[in-house]
Amino acid sequence: MNGIGFVKGMLVTLRHFVNTYVDDLRYGFRKYSPDVDNFETRQGTKAEGAFTVQYPEEKLAMPERFRFVPFLVVNDYDHPEAPGKDWCTSCGICAKVCPPQCIWIVRSNDPVTGRPVPEPEAFFIDIDICMNCGFCAEFCPFDAIKMDHDYELSSYDRTTNHVFDKQKLSKEFKYWKTIAPTRAVEEMQARGGWEHKDAQKAARRGGADAGKDAKREEVRARKAEAAAPTAAPAAEAVAEAPKPAAEVKAEPAAAPAAEGARPWEESHDQREARKQAALARKAARAAKKDG
Amino acid sequence: MELNLAELNRTQYPIPAELQNNVAITSLSKIYNWGRRNSMWPMLFGLACCAIEMIATASSRFDFSRFGMEVMRATPRQSDLMIVSGTVTKKMVVPIVRLYNQMPEPKYVLAMGACASGGGPFKEGYNVVSGIDKYLPVDVYVPGCPPTPQALLYGLIALQKKIDGQSIITSDDVPWYGVGPSDPTPIPILGPDIIDPRQMDMIRRQAEQAARGGTFAVRELPAVAKTAAALPAQKAAPAAAAAAPAAGTMTPEEERRAAALARKAARAAKSAGEAAPAAAPTAAAPLPGGSKPWEESHDIREQRKAAALARKAARASKSEG
Amino acid sequence: MVLTAPDPNKVGTIEDAIADLKAAFPNDVSDDKREGYGGVIVSADKLLEVASYIRDTLKFDYLSSATAVDYLGEGHHSNDHMEMVYHAYRTTGGSALVFKAQTDREKAELPSLVSVWRGADFQEREAWDLFGIRFKGHPNLKRILMWEGFYGHPMRKDWKEAFYESEHKPFDSRWPEGHVYRAEELNVFGSNVKYPSDIDLSRLTDKSESDLYTGFGLGVDMTHMTDENGIQTDELVVNMGPHHPSTHGVFRMVMRLDGETITHLEPVMGYLHRNHEKIGERNTYLHNIPFTDRLDYISSMGNNHGYVLAVEQLLAKGAKYTPPTYRTEVLRVLMVELSRIVNHLWAIGFWLNDLGAFFTPVLYFVQERERILDFFEAVAGSRMMCNYMRFGGVFADLPERIKSTMNLMNDRVRDFDTMQFLQEMINERIPRTIDELDEYLTNSDIVQSRSKGVGYLSAEDAINFSAAGPLLRGSGVAYDIRRADPYSIYPELDFDVAVQHEGDMYARYMVRLIEMRESVRILKQILPRLEYTKGESVTSSFAYSGKIPLGEAYGRVENGKGELGYYVVSAGDKKNTANPWRYHVRAPSFINLTPLGHMCRGTKVADVVAILGSIDIVLGETDR
Repeated sequence: MNGIGFVKGMLVTLRHFVNTYVDDLRYGFRKYSPDVDNFETRQGTKAEGAFTVQYPEEKLAMPERFRFVPFLVVNDYDHPEAPGKDWCTSCGICAKVCPPQCIWIVRSNDPVTGRPVPEPEAFFIDIDICMNCGFCAEFCPFDAIKMDHDYELSSYDRTTNHVFDKQKLSKEFKYWKTIAPTRAVEEMQARGGWEHKDAQKAARRGGADAGKDAKREEVRARKAEAAAPTAAPAAEAVAEAPKPAAEVKAEPAAAPAAEGARPWEESHDQREARKQAALARKAARAAKKDG
Repeated sequence: MELNLAELNRTQYPIPAELQNNVAITSLSKIYNWGRRNSMWPMLFGLACCAIEMIATASSRFDFSRFGMEVMRATPRQSDLMIVSGTVTKKMVVPIVRLYNQMPEPKYVLAMGACASGGGPFKEGYNVVSGIDKYLPVDVYVPGCPPTPQALLYGLIALQKKIDGQSIITSDDVPWYGVGPSDPTPIPILGPDIIDPRQMDMIRRQAEQAARGGTFAVRELPAVAKTAAALPAQKAAPAAAAAAPAAGTMTPEEERRAAALARKAARAAKSAGEAAPAAAPTAAAPLPGGSKPWEESHDIREQRKAAALARKAARASKSEG
Repeated sequence: MVLTAPDPNKVGTIEDAIADLKAAFPNDVSDDKREGYGGVIVSADKLLEVASYIRDTLKFDYLSSATAVDYLGEGHHSNDHMEMVYHAYRTTGGSALVFKAQTDREKAELPSLVSVWRGADFQEREAWDLFGIRFKGHPNLKRILMWEGFYGHPMRKDWKEAFYESEHKPFDSRWPEGHVYRAEELNVFGSNVKYPSDIDLSRLTDKSESDLYTGFGLGVDMTHMTDENGIQTDELVVNMGPHHPSTHGVFRMVMRLDGETITHLEPVMGYLHRNHEKIGERNTYLHNIPFTDRLDYISSMGNNHGYVLAVEQLLAKGAKYTPPTYRTEVLRVLMVELSRIVNHLWAIGFWLNDLGAFFTPVLYFVQERERILDFFEAVAGSRMMCNYMRFGGVFADLPERIKSTMNLMNDRVRDFDTMQFLQEMINERIPRTIDELDEYLTNSDIVQSRSKGVGYLSAEDAINFSAAGPLLRGSGVAYDIRRADPYSIYPELDFDVAVQHEGDMYARYMVRLIEMRESVRILKQILPRLEYTKGESVTSSFAYSGKIPLGEAYGRVENGKGELGYYVVSAGDKKNTANPWRYHVRAPSFINLTPLGHMCRGTKVADVVAILGSIDIVLGETDR
């Protein structure tokens, strides 16, 4: 022994010390440049030495299967037929399979017949309970709830921010296709098309479907009527409410405007405004980055 | 063995004579904050699973020493930031409050993960505290179970931004720049169940009520139309609900009574076929601020300020009366 | 040294042992005839004698698990009673001899088995704490997870917490008329507290601390104590934890010191007791999988494995059951062995921390861990809480490529071929890291002088204390469940059981080091199996609301920290078999702490943290 083992150990430390500079020597000042394709080397099996991710300037992108809090898939906002339509049919499987029981769903009913309508009236996830296990996404038969990749959710106040409602949970299908391209394709093949399972089924049934769709629209119109008195004090709502059913049919997203009193039912305008704001923010961010 | 815990927890130490009357406060908030946020020493203190991710954040791949946080201190007396990383149990919250009281001001608390924020998946457990903010004022909440190291880094950046926005002149959200020492948080007692000393009165009232044949500690929830009514109420009392445990001005019962009244009103309004009154517009308003917590709008900040002022006034009147 | 399954002709099978036992105690031992149950029921007054007979004559020298079950209103199997269930094994290998003792619920009392197996010590304290079963003759029957003075015994079926919503998940309030009341709103105190209605606030004192210190002989007059030179000495009580950087979490030790020598040490735990079992009994079987991730959060894959094995045993009792495919087993072993390497890297790193090499070794080993976690993240979706295994399957097959996607601003994408990544990791990087670790530490004079001969535990004691994992094998007992009671595809894999005979900290370190090498050896055999099983189905056919056949099962695996066992009982009326009646975790981190006081007695106070580090505990599992 006589300290030889100790000296050998110190040599290992020295090697690690030297290794921390390997990248610096190899890439020089271009080490963090996004143009140089060194990131994969640094994060892969060929890397030598320390491999710090310079977090806010460069971020590790997440693999497809990564799961953070869930989100709800809705049709793209520029979808030709039903923009922003929920994929969720409020079947309740996610709420049942959720281990810590952090999902609350209100099934919506036709106000006249009382029959359930296949879309949720409200949907809440308490992200202070959610354990990110991904069961909701795994067991959802309609591919309507998915695990998000956005982990930047810190906030200063949890009572107002940490119960996600439907508005906050909803994200376009387009988004799912960007964060999980392979899985989106696999799911599309399983469903038989890019559209929602029910929409496909309806399309396959052809003629019979038209009647059903009309019926659904009818239900929606009736719902708008039923909700109209609730929103009476709001002047705009009064103006909107007496719209004939046909017009509502033409623009389904506008119908819930009458129900603006309910916080989880955002109006079409609001959704548009939100979209615009998001785009503006994005542009500003891009401009900032460029400038 | 008699441990004098009261003595240990006192933050008011006599200032040596040579240091008295020697402190000049200028409006150097910016420089001050810059120095403070870049030398934020966290406490070396892990509770559960999240602690492992916290260590991963400290290790070479994510390396939070880039933000001036490399010095993790094992003693509360040298640390500025307490990262509550994991499930807070009733047995553990006693030492945590004790540690918090021993931290020198200015001090910050970051609730890491779902458990520390709100009880997490273990919330229903009999030994689990549903959120550290029931006992300590929390500055930043980092959701996730567990938050990835990058999510924690984002939370730490959010904390730095928060410090940037603070002023050393106003003592609203930075109580330690006010006059006089701040009170230590009362340490919970492990009795038949955990007892928050601030709730002592309410427990007594409940016990009396139970002796008269009433129910003990159970609240009846409105049966129907719950969803429609509950949410506006929840959103209508935003900052107050969050700040109450920390500021301790509104007792939890008062706060809850207010919420219950709001709910009742909302329910009445709904049954009368009208929209929920004042609550609805607030609730329907867009989500506070931009995508980042520190980008919150001017209005929200104004609202918060007003609430803080109201709290302050209430505190003053309470101390007088 | 390869351990093979013992020859049944030599030691006798379990059936022989049971026949032998029944012959020796004809009136006191009877078969457990309930549907789906096994083992024997022993009458309570003869329990001690039967246990001695089982240990001494039948040679079941290792008590793996002792746990209680509350059969209140169960109805299907039996009337209301409390039951203690013991699983005893032979350290030469083979399956369990299960014996049970029943007692009344109101006056629950059973003889303590601590005099036979000292490993029963903490487990009986836990049964007292959570179930309220009194153990006659237990030397130190105090609460262990909750605090002294807590109201009631929470694991009893009639004990409800304040946030109690309903007996079983899923809760009715979630759908179709979900409401957003937080649980806090159900209770006027706004948190999960419940006081007896006759609470007396005037006499409220925190008893937990004073009781603990009184147990240390404080208050006993020690002034007359003198040392060999006639100088008056005094003993000092030192508290360590729950907030201490070297306790690996929120663990606490209270020590009595004579100078710097420890004369008595008592572990205090429960600071992370998050009611895993109580919640687990409310969950459905499926719900429990992600909860097991949070037990030993360093190696969640191993936790998943033990639990799915237990439930698969139950499923096999039913008619419709398809066992997992070969590829499923290969994937499971791949994940479990990778997490064993992660676990040992972490354990050795933090043990070095405790020895004083503050954080440098940890940081070296964590680098390699990060790459393995990247793989877990790409395959299972999360770095730590993998939630990967399902009943009869796994979550998903390996992805074609470990590829990340752009989502946020400034994202940098990684893209690797999965098999190539694995091959490079298993054939090059991990062995290189282990070699480096070996070179760095094994011959280091400081490590050797600090750890050799310290924290000694003899082979007999290790068995008697129910120690498991590297702690047991470091004491010269070649007991590895992968060989002694094989599961999955381990019988066909070629690897040796790591064993060292010195019984000190250094031996445990060496066991971990060798075990990592053996894991790499297993992984190298897994790689070709991954190639030729490509395309086989790995998905589980278990529905989210699936029912489980009645009965009991004990699934155990060799996890990084030792034997991890799950005792699962499916009982109650048929309607409720979607939720386990009893769900118990035999946690190695918890039971391995039983000999801590024994190992630390007579050592210096500076070695305590290192001895604790050499046991390798994780508090999520210790306190559950």
